[in-house]
Amino acid sequence: MTTAAETVRAPARTTSRTRRLRKNPYGRFLVRIPFWILIAAIFIYALFPFYWVIRSSFTPEVNLFQTPVKYIPTHPTLENYRGALSASFFQDALLNSTIVAGSVTILSLVIGSFAAYALGRFKFHGRSFVMYLMLSMTIFPQIAILGALYTTISKFHLYDTLGALIFTYLIFTLPFTVWVLTSFMRALPGDLEEAAYVDGATPLQVFYKVLLPLIAPGLVTTGLLAFISAWNEYLYALSFIQSPNKYTVPLAITSFVSPTGSGFAVPWGQIMAATVIVTLPLLIMVLVLQKRIIAGLTAGAVKG
Amino acid sequence: MAVATPVPTGKRRRRGGTKLQRRQTRLAWLLLLPSLAVVALVAMYPLGKTIYQSFTDQEFLALLPTQWVGLQNYQDLWHDTQFRDSIWTTIKFTLITVTIEFALGLAIALVVNSKFKGRGLMRAVMLVPWAIPTVVAAQMWKWMLDDTFGVINDAGVRLHILSHSHAWISEPSTALGAVCAVDIWKTTPFVALLLLAGLQVIPQDLYEAAEVDGASVLQQFWKITLPLLKPAILVTLIFRTLDALRVFDVFYVFFGNRPDTQTMAIYAQSTIVGDGHVGYGAAISVAIFLIIAIFVVIYVTVNRAVSDE
Repeated sequence: MTTAAETVRAPARTTSRTRRLRKNPYGRFLVRIPFWILIAAIFIYALFPFYWVIRSSFTPEVNLFQTPVKYIPTHPTLENYRGALSASFFQDALLNSTIVAGSVTILSLVIGSFAAYALGRFKFHGRSFVMYLMLSMTIFPQIAILGALYTTISKFHLYDTLGALIFTYLIFTLPFTVWVLTSFMRALPGDLEEAAYVDGATPLQVFYKVLLPLIAPGLVTTGLLAFISAWNEYLYALSFIQSPNKYTVPLAITSFVSPTGSGFAVPWGQIMAATVIVTLPLLIMVLVLQKRIIAGLTAGAVKG
Repeated sequence: MAVATPVPTGKRRRRGGTKLQRRQTRLAWLLLLPSLAVVALVAMYPLGKTIYQSFTDQEFLALLPTQWVGLQNYQDLWHDTQFRDSIWTTIKFTLITVTIEFALGLAIALVVNSKFKGRGLMRAVMLVPWAIPTVVAAQMWKWMLDDTFGVINDAGVRLHILSHSHAWISEPSTALGAVCAVDIWKTTPFVALLLLAGLQVIPQDLYEAAEVDGASVLQQFWKITLPLLKPAILVTLIFRTLDALRVFDVFYVFFGNRPDTQTMAIYAQSTIVGDGHVGYGAAISVAIFLIIAIFVVIYVTVNRAVSDE
């Protein structure tokens, strides 16, 4: 760092004017204006589309297809929500997605925490090989095995079942779970198990009585991330599911058609209401657990 | 693994050590077994099977038995202009989105990294687009980009940015841009969060020392931030590039499998599931796998070269 510091010592004088400005309270305010404009721009960019979804979901279908476009609904209505929720395939989709994402999450956590225990707390030959294998699996392109999965699934009569999705979604949730949970396991202090072993505990008891409670925050984070990625998956759902009553949320959200079949081809009001309905639970979970999610994401990505 | 050989009595203690170690090793593999089985079953076996299928003329629900055709599929693929177009579309999409997301993401990360009131709220806001399904994001934007009733046309015309309304999604000249806009909106915050995590491990006293020495903000950025952020930048770029190369959802929601805006993944999916050409689709899949592998090799090489500096 000394070299960097030396090279920049010369132009010290030029910055003194901004520094003087910063000392003055008004000056400080002036310096901060562009900063707050930037912050506001980021806020608007990230959130305006959501405002628009909410606005459209409360606007009656008739006003939705009118120009000029109105920015605030003048006659707010729940009609779109009623429409979306009464569509049977959408009700089914909410349940199906919960079943699929829930099962995938639980399976990944159970299987993954065993693996993380082995990778994080044991020294053995082949450990780093397995770590690399799991890491390479996290970037495995799902499209590359679509054909083989498609034929295998139909051979075992799993086509058009939720089981097909639960099974195949493990390919992207499990390696990620193993990777992140391992980093949590390794972060625990080294002599943690010693005392339990001295008391005659078996490795499995150590695992679920000592280690598992300690990485509980890690389980919550990883579980949530696995849940979100399974909830959001589209490619396999589109390829392996056919009947509307087996649709998952992403399939359902693209399947709304106008009840009359004429007039406006796409019922955007209902689609926007459905969007609000499926986004809200995720939103609440993410906001409540945001610090943990960021920790989990960065453990999964930056350390890799 | 340890080989069982007669051990002299003097080394009994060491033998006990290896025995414990052996037991530990066995337990470790036992614990790994379910995970390895899943990986083998859901990834390795299908990958092997896909490679095999790519040398056959397998059709889904075919009446004729599948035959080995050697390199025929790959020869056809080499002359397949539709596949070539899909590669080109995917690469254009990847270059545009990764570049813009990185530039914007870095800017946002730098802004959010400075201390200000509401920083926690800001980070929460940034997670929101990332958390929603891509399909849902695509639907939101499809509605906003609507040619007659969309807010983007309306606002653009009112603010005199646009001279008239555009059919963003159906016009070939703006179609790719429209898809990129969705991806950039959804993913930039995520890129920013990854870079922000990298920024936060840079020791604060480096900046304080530079400040004392009179370094300008720009100098601090070039001499401290950028060099120390390099690992985070590389990882972020790898993840984003690999993600962008297998893009499917946004394109599919916007265009279905319209030929002029197909990505590699959409072409493979529609060949396999839509047309039932499993053999030819497998060849496409293998080609995608190789293209992605090339990018991984490039990144790993660059990563080594950079960290050796």
